[in-house]
Amino acid sequence: MANKLYDDAASALQGVLFDGMTVMSGGFGLCGIPENLIAALRDSGTKGLTVISNNAGVDDFGLGLLLQTRQIAKMISSYVGENKEFERQYLSGELQLEFNPQGTLAERIRAGGAGIPGFYTKTGVGTLVAEGKEQKDFGGETYILETGLVADLSIVKAWKADPYGNLVFRKTARNFNPMMATAGKVTVVEVEELVGPGELDPDHIHTPGIFVQRLFVGKAYVKRIEQRTIRKEAA
Amino acid sequence: MPWNRDGMAARAAKELQDGFYVNLGIGMPTLVANYIAEGIDVTLQSENGMLGMGPFPTEDEVDADLINAGKQTITQLRRTSYFSSADSFAMIRGGHIDLSILGAMEVAENGDLANWMIPGKMVKGMGGAMDLVAGVKRIVVLMDHTNKAGESKFLKACTLPLTGQGVVDVVISDLGVFERPAKGQTFRLIELAPDVTLDEVAAKTEARYEVAL
Repeated sequence: MANKLYDDAASALQGVLFDGMTVMSGGFGLCGIPENLIAALRDSGTKGLTVISNNAGVDDFGLGLLLQTRQIAKMISSYVGENKEFERQYLSGELQLEFNPQGTLAERIRAGGAGIPGFYTKTGVGTLVAEGKEQKDFGGETYILETGLVADLSIVKAWKADPYGNLVFRKTARNFNPMMATAGKVTVVEVEELVGPGELDPDHIHTPGIFVQRLFVGKAYVKRIEQRTIRKEAA
Repeated sequence: MPWNRDGMAARAAKELQDGFYVNLGIGMPTLVANYIAEGIDVTLQSENGMLGMGPFPTEDEVDADLINAGKQTITQLRRTSYFSSADSFAMIRGGHIDLSILGAMEVAENGDLANWMIPGKMVKGMGGAMDLVAGVKRIVVLMDHTNKAGESKFLKACTLPLTGQGVVDVVISDLGVFERPAKGQTFRLIELAPDVTLDEVAAKTEARYEVAL
């Protein structure tokens, strides 16, 4: 078996980074983001990145770290509302932005990873999203053509993995991670726990190891919460 | 008295039927969960990848891996399932969600909805709104009837970029409820908030509608 295990984020990214590359980064908001890999990408200084991620982090965490260092040239996202530095760079023209409806973004990544170059969807028909896209009618309804997305590198966060790269995610930290794992030419995964061969139930694996090229156990997870919302305990 | 936010949310909760799978938008629609009637069992979907959303957690229950689409901490229920964003939007775009309740900046008399973008201002993005209006079986809009300048938000035609074309089934505002029997038909005013008059609705509504109280 080819060894997929690396010591840390920096060694797992060795030899796969280049300026101008496209990177998919898992997570929804700050939930399920590859914290160690984002930090290592920042430390690498790789520039001119196109980053495909549902959100852009916050000013001082998540992908916000790569915006602070101006390593991102373009974002493909569905919602970027939580980041002032993003807004400043976008309004000053330093940063390009392509908005995708969230479901279209998820499906474009799923399709890209599955070798499907395009698909038709009703989402966005009659809106700015449809501009310049082929339209086609099926059963009397209009659909638009969206293309599959692939990346030079996908950085993914999972909960558990075995040495074969089989992955299990936890709760809503799954989000975009499984599709992104399929759509990277190289997929690098950080996990909270590495278990031994045979310790994951094969019926409970979310992402099969074929999609994972490199793997390491992440350190010092912050798991910052954007909206800590508490219910008063019933008396 | 026109409805306040809670009054509007309580009225919107009456749109929920037993057994429904429902997606509630961020903001005021979230309040609808507080008014679901006894005996009505609905399963709430959160488009980041959860079906069966529970209440907000107690301090002890907070889990950073468990949030809703508004990035708020949340809890799971015995019925809960988790899934990827692709599976989540397969539910939404595949027509498996019965009803969605969303906010709006503008609604037009033909059912067009604008709720994601004001040109010239920083645009945060549409998130899942365009997918929801394109795929969910029934779309309920919850909005103030007029904007801060007192102008109607229920218009002949939207002035802002659209989220979806002809997608709205029900409009619940602080003044009352407009519904149409099917997409493509004219909205009918079917209910007034307490002490609101037909004249007041007429004065504050640009859209064409029929009265069917």
